[in-house]
Amino acid sequence: MTLKEIKDILSAEVISGDHDLEKEIKYCFAADLLSDVLALGRGSGVLTLLITGITHPQVIYASNIFDLGAIIFVRGKRPTEATLQLAIENQIPLLATPYIMFETCGRLYQHGLRPSIARIKNG
Amino acid sequence: MTVFDIVKSFGLQMRAGKDRLLGEVTGGYTSDLLSDVIAHSHKGNIWITIQNHPNIVAVATMKELAGIILTGGREPDADTIQKAEEEGIPILVSPLFTFELVGRLYQIGISGMSPC
Amino acid sequence: MAEAEENIRFHAMFHIEGGNFMNAGAISSRVKKILKEAGFPGKIIRRTSIAAFEAEMNVICYANQGNLSLLITPSFLKVVIKDEGIGIPDVNLAMTEGYSTANEKIRELGFGAGMGLANIKKNTDEMILTSKLGQGTHLEFIIYLDGQNEG
Repeated sequence: MTLKEIKDILSAEVISGDHDLEKEIKYCFAADLLSDVLALGRGSGVLTLLITGITHPQVIYASNIFDLGAIIFVRGKRPTEATLQLAIENQIPLLATPYIMFETCGRLYQHGLRPSIARIKNG
Repeated sequence: MTVFDIVKSFGLQMRAGKDRLLGEVTGGYTSDLLSDVIAHSHKGNIWITIQNHPNIVAVATMKELAGIILTGGREPDADTIQKAEEEGIPILVSPLFTFELVGRLYQIGISGMSPC
Repeated sequence: MAEAEENIRFHAMFHIEGGNFMNAGAISSRVKKILKEAGFPGKIIRRTSIAAFEAEMNVICYANQGNLSLLITPSFLKVVIKDEGIGIPDVNLAMTEGYSTANEKIRELGFGAGMGLANIKKNTDEMILTSKLGQGTHLEFIIYLDGQNEG
């Protein structure tokens, strides 16, 4: 689905990248810890949306390693000014939703978005 | 829906609190930031996280959460298990990563909307 | 560990400021940029960037300051991170997935999952970690280019 559809499902605000709303997203992962962004980002790329509560620049640097498609901040959080600038420079669209992470993941999953990695190998 | 129902539906493995599975689940909360869980979770929520240190038990006890599910194959450390047994907090583990586990919980009816 | 009699094609060094959490990843982003401009394959860039990022985070979280050096040779990439700080008491324990000495402040900023060193090991071909308590830590890792040259 497109970023625009995601925006509507999650009543999200587009903080940057509003020219990029036709961008296609197929996969998601959720992470509040940077190491997890790095670990889970492995299978990811431009079709992936990162769902996170980290609002500082480090989340842009981490997302950049995988050239992630977009980032959505949950729980009504908003990126800092420095984060926003970095996102614009790196052309990563930023959205913000009032919903909590649980609800955000639930809705996106229900609408057909799939995890970027399904499960660990020795599950 | 109780914690036991969740365990059964997903075949989750239990690491602690086996005797406390009949708690009613009021909703779901996902976060790895303890201050956030303390601020925004509700009594009876099932908490999904990757944090595995003993402080998670303290938070779950403080907020009277129904239980904790660790995702991505994470395991609670020994101190965490011990504390969870003492406090009667169920700790479950799943090989699925957060996004998918939450998606599936959502599909069986656990909500992330606050009670009015 | 392959000794550096290899032809060093490129060398850069960056300073990492301890405690600068907000900008964690700034240095490894620059490393990524260099590798991208040099035309390395995507997978090589990604593995090196991830390992560099984790190493950079460790310096920021646990050390006073450090330096990250990137060396490019025809057959491998080498990254060396030296920091000044309290050091690591038990390197084997530190390498265990999930083991973390992060304090609450560090965890609240999104760090401290205890996956850093394990992630570095996963993404590199060779890794050496040594530490002196009270002085600091020395980390080196190598990623082989499998006979592919830059460009």
